[in-house]
Amino acid sequence: MPAKTYVQTIINGEHVDLLCEPRQSLLEALRDVVGLTGTKEGCNDGNCGACTVEFDGRIVTSCLVLGVEAEGKEITTIEGVAQGSELHPIQQAFLENAALQCGICTPGFIVASKALLEQNPDPTEHEIRFWLANNLCRCTGYDKIVRAVQDAAVKMQEA
Amino acid sequence: MKWIDYESPHSVREAVDLLNEAGDRARPLAGGTDLLVQLRAKAYDLDLVVDAKNIPELNELTYDPDNGLTIGAAVACYRIYGNSSVRSVYPGIVDAASLIGGTQIQGRASLGGNLCNAAPSADSVPPMIAYNGVARISGPNGSREVALEDFCTGVRQTVLERGEILVSLHFPTPEANSGANYIRFIPRNEMDIAVAGAGVSVVLDNGSIASARVTLASVAPTPLFVAEAGEAIAGKPATEETARIASAIARDAARPITDMRGTIEYRKRLCEVLTRRALMTAIERAKEN
Repeated sequence: MPAKTYVQTIINGEHVDLLCEPRQSLLEALRDVVGLTGTKEGCNDGNCGACTVEFDGRIVTSCLVLGVEAEGKEITTIEGVAQGSELHPIQQAFLENAALQCGICTPGFIVASKALLEQNPDPTEHEIRFWLANNLCRCTGYDKIVRAVQDAAVKMQEA
Repeated sequence: MKWIDYESPHSVREAVDLLNEAGDRARPLAGGTDLLVQLRAKAYDLDLVVDAKNIPELNELTYDPDNGLTIGAAVACYRIYGNSSVRSVYPGIVDAASLIGGTQIQGRASLGGNLCNAAPSADSVPPMIAYNGVARISGPNGSREVALEDFCTGVRQTVLERGEILVSLHFPTPEANSGANYIRFIPRNEMDIAVAGAGVSVVLDNGSIASARVTLASVAPTPLFVAEAGEAIAGKPATEETARIASAIARDAARPITDMRGTIEYRKRLCEVLTRRALMTAIERAKEN
């Protein structure tokens, strides 16, 4: 059996070197090797979006990326969204709008919503729903999530 | 997932050597949105994946009016619909690239991968056939080109032979007064597999159809190019009545199966409706050009 592969990445702005097996997904590498367990495993086949991270400037489902593909790449996970103890406006909006119940989907929704508002600061409801179609929530019925993203968009534009 | 080795070559030559040595124990990895799911489901038993994303030719995305459009086999969907030339000259490709999966999938999934995965429901293949696309392939015996309508040979089967890799997809510049469109039917609003789909292109000449191409998704073991549907309307006025002639031929050519997504009768009816609507959109787009 071949040795593990040495991978150099930047995760949440910090250089992180890790050893992972080629068969390990980025999701597994983040959780089991690096210890960043904020990124959640849901379906493990790219449908549910719970494992969404920003990878090389785009959001991806980290279950469908191999850890070894992260060589030289920049990654942002849910742990990199807040500024120290201060929540990101999207996180605050999810709390204030009760946009979560069980919370498993929430890290993926927040990472995906952050990427949306960074490229489209004033999205329509349709654009929000379409952008977040790759994120499934079985608790909220989505309306509260959409309202939280709209609320965050307003607050981020005021800021 | 069982143990696999991972190689990330930086040239087509290296990739071909790796693939040739491993034979059917290896597959190229582009976006991974099909391959990694299939590996977990044990659809393939591989020893090696060959990451194609560090090979320059597989990342190429270039257009110029003299040479047409080249899309490297590993170029992700978001780059395709984010490219202003592709958006203005090849809107039918953008139709498909922007509805495959969701945002996260489009950040990774490639049209080359969609083609090589050779699913009957592949959304990008019908419009790529409509645009007269050609697959550029490299292998141990050199390079060759295959028309996209000849690329898929069965469910998950392609013309690729041992050691061969799809390098890029090439499309000639569309003729003046031409238009194209891809639409599909799914029971949800997004993120679903086509029950049926239609990718079409038309070239107009003074209000008549000079030529047309019609390809269907999800209604045969491969994407189904229906040459006779386009040929039957050449020379006829660019009207809904003419579109109905082609759509009836498309309906009759479709040979779907009944499964959880739809019955034979339903899918054949969908082919008729989708072909007609796609042709009308393509005609409108051609008039705008």
